[in-house]
Amino acid sequence: MNAQPIVSIAGVSKRFGAIVAVDGVDLDIRRGELFALLGGSGCGKTTLLRMIAGFETPDTGRILIDGQDMAGVPPHRRPVNMMFQSYALFPHMDVAENVAYGLRREGLPAGEIARRVGEALDQVRLADHGKRRPAQLSGGQRQRVALARALIKRPKLLLLDEPLAALDRKLREGTRFELVRLQEQLGLTFVMVTHDQEEAMSMAGRLAVMNEGRIVQVGTPHEVYEHPRSRFVADFIGIANILPVEGGRAWLALRPEKIALFAARPNTDRAEQGRIVDVAYEGDRSLYRVGLVDGSMILVSTANVAREPREPWPRGQEVWLGWANDAGQRLNE
Amino acid sequence: MRLVIALPYVWLATFFLLPFALVLAIAFGTNNPDAVPPIDLGVSLKNFTLLFTDDLYLAAWLGSLRIAATSTLVTLLLGYPMAYAITRARPSLRPLLLMAVILPFWTSFLIRVYAWMGLLSSNGILNQFLRNTGLVADPGTILGTEWAVHLGIVYAYLPFMVLPLYASLEKLDTSLLEAAADLGASPITAFFTVTLPQSLPGVVAGCLLVFIPAVGEFVIPDLLGGTDTLMIGKVLWDEFFLNSDWPLASAVAICLLVLLVGPIALFQRQQAKSLERQ
Amino acid sequence: MVGRARFALTVLAFGYAFLYLPIALVILYSFNESRLVTVWAGFSTKWWSALFANEAMLRAAWLSLRIALVSATVAAVIGLAAGYVLARVPRFFGRTLFGSLVIAPMVMPEVVMGISMLLLFVVSDQLVSWPNRGFLTIAIAHITFSIAFVAVVVQARLADFDRSLEEAAMDLGATPWTTFRTITLPLIAPAVGSGWLLAFTLSLDDLILTQFVAGAQSETLPMRVYSSVRLGVDPQINALATIIVAVAACALIFSGWLTRRKA
Repeated sequence: MNAQPIVSIAGVSKRFGAIVAVDGVDLDIRRGELFALLGGSGCGKTTLLRMIAGFETPDTGRILIDGQDMAGVPPHRRPVNMMFQSYALFPHMDVAENVAYGLRREGLPAGEIARRVGEALDQVRLADHGKRRPAQLSGGQRQRVALARALIKRPKLLLLDEPLAALDRKLREGTRFELVRLQEQLGLTFVMVTHDQEEAMSMAGRLAVMNEGRIVQVGTPHEVYEHPRSRFVADFIGIANILPVEGGRAWLALRPEKIALFAARPNTDRAEQGRIVDVAYEGDRSLYRVGLVDGSMILVSTANVAREPREPWPRGQEVWLGWANDAGQRLNE
Repeated sequence: MRLVIALPYVWLATFFLLPFALVLAIAFGTNNPDAVPPIDLGVSLKNFTLLFTDDLYLAAWLGSLRIAATSTLVTLLLGYPMAYAITRARPSLRPLLLMAVILPFWTSFLIRVYAWMGLLSSNGILNQFLRNTGLVADPGTILGTEWAVHLGIVYAYLPFMVLPLYASLEKLDTSLLEAAADLGASPITAFFTVTLPQSLPGVVAGCLLVFIPAVGEFVIPDLLGGTDTLMIGKVLWDEFFLNSDWPLASAVAICLLVLLVGPIALFQRQQAKSLERQ
Repeated sequence: MVGRARFALTVLAFGYAFLYLPIALVILYSFNESRLVTVWAGFSTKWWSALFANEAMLRAAWLSLRIALVSATVAAVIGLAAGYVLARVPRFFGRTLFGSLVIAPMVMPEVVMGISMLLLFVVSDQLVSWPNRGFLTIAIAHITFSIAFVAVVVQARLADFDRSLEEAAMDLGATPWTTFRTITLPLIAPAVGSGWLLAFTLSLDDLILTQFVAGAQSETLPMRVYSSVRLGVDPQINALATIIVAVAACALIFSGWLTRRKA
């Protein structure tokens, strides 16, 4: 029974006028995982999420949640809850009323609602903020209210639309871990939409990369990063050098950190000579643009392990690049 | 949801659209003082030919358009600097200043026109002032002239001009003016090349909001104008209430509507556009 | 900079003097001993006493108030529906006509609306002996042209309404009707309130439309004022004007407070 996916999407498409937002998507989401839909703006990830929530109706295809076909089921009867990008906290209600809203709709007794609201607010460390209005909260507190409100109905599935986009950078990193811990504690399935690859990679158990309405690859962060199946994925996730191989019939996706710099010809599987064109010092690492003899450009990154590196590589320096045979991923498209 | 659409739709179709069909039908009828209501239905163009051949009606059409146009222009010339000055006031003062523009609109229209009757009469305060200061020896009577009608329209409709102008001027990004100044434009050049073009939607909306009702105005020419002030709204009123010529009054209504269809459509398009921008 | 500030100050001083001097004089002369509005003959409240003893005026005021209350309330309900449809229902049969019908009464010359509505009531009276001209016909006329003002205010409020609030409510199990009742309506209530106030004021103030559809028996306050004013200046009207200005100022401050509270 538990092998059955919690969400099963089959052949789902959606158009808005002339624009195809989602184009023939098939996807299974497993029970209890944190799944991320990753892609640039307009790739269809939000539309897909909104179709799961019931705010949009697919033109074709089926969406099953826990084995039940969701066709014709309005949002308020679906066993899913959503955390909105803007949080969508009701400005005319205080925090406790916001969190209680979903339970009120079920007509539960007031005592039980109060108890569960108290628990939910405890869980997000806002127990003493129940009487505040959303306008009186900080960005991080609002995010936690939105989370408590979406979780209080104990949904089978929690949808998160860009859950961290509205937070500032420092807060975002702490909140990532908090969300992951909460998901593991509760044993719920989370589906989140994000445009931030770092966010998706660090939080998700599995992720789907979307482009132009299609899912181009599904896998663990490691699979997607180290074994991209297309030039798009290789290019979209992290940085990749795409080198033509086999006379231009295929490509090699080579990550900059898999290449090493040498002063003289190294004893690696592959070696190329070039000249440093640009250096970008980023603190934790340095990124070099190296022009090869054949005119192509290769990006190389080195971790700045030592505070004062023994051999800095200045612009204009003649260098050798070396990498192993299995350092890159061969791509057919 | 169907009920939500139907409620206003049916109401407006019944009490707004349907009546126009009746007006149109009756405008082609003839007057019969012995009937109740005083109408003989028919298909006669008599009323319309009368409206476009009789000197009295022609004068009334032209008078309405002329008076409405000049008073709209004067209202614009007065309202624009006001709206502009409000946008330049301290932000904390602006709501108060704006409220002060709106307040007269919330009082009675009739009372505001009435206020000028006392001011403009031959022994009124304005004349006393002119005489006492020696500015004008014998000012004559302003009440009962076209001057008074103009004054009344400008006064009564000034809030309608200031509000849309303020709305469009307020949106103006002041850094645009700084950019213009930085690029060598004098304040006056900057006004004509940046501020004025940007506020054009407000100018159009304000002018239409004054011009359209001013053309059909009745109360102002009736109370402030004289017997020689001919405006079409007053003609319609008199045909209806004094002469009981319902078909002729209906024909006047139809012509007035046709005359204003252009400006009204323009106003509606402008409204729709500004809502889209939001 | 100083020159420009002085220019702004001059413009505002002149503009507000133009707007308020006539009103101030009307108020001042309501306390004049003399009947003439041109001569100040000392302080007196006799015109105020006369106003409050003026039976016809009081009856007209009472009728106007009742009509305004009824028509503003009905117009608020229909205008709310119309504004909601304009903001939220992008496509249905006759959408363009619907939009024009809602907005048109705002800019329609009142004499045209007046004559057309009277003709409707006359024809309907001939056909089905209903309605009698009076309270009902005046209220219908006022509702019809007030709908536009409520609808425009509601539509503008809904245009910058965050749709995800409604989606969040539905996501948490609220039916569309519950969503409207618990989320949408409370949040647009200030707009509906100021629309109601606008409709109330317009109804209280309307002369032309009312004159057409009122019939012989009913006389509203503006009709009473108009027939009195036609005969010339009357200090009782000045006293009435003072009351109206005071009430309008209070109403405006109240509606300003309502809109500020929503933020």
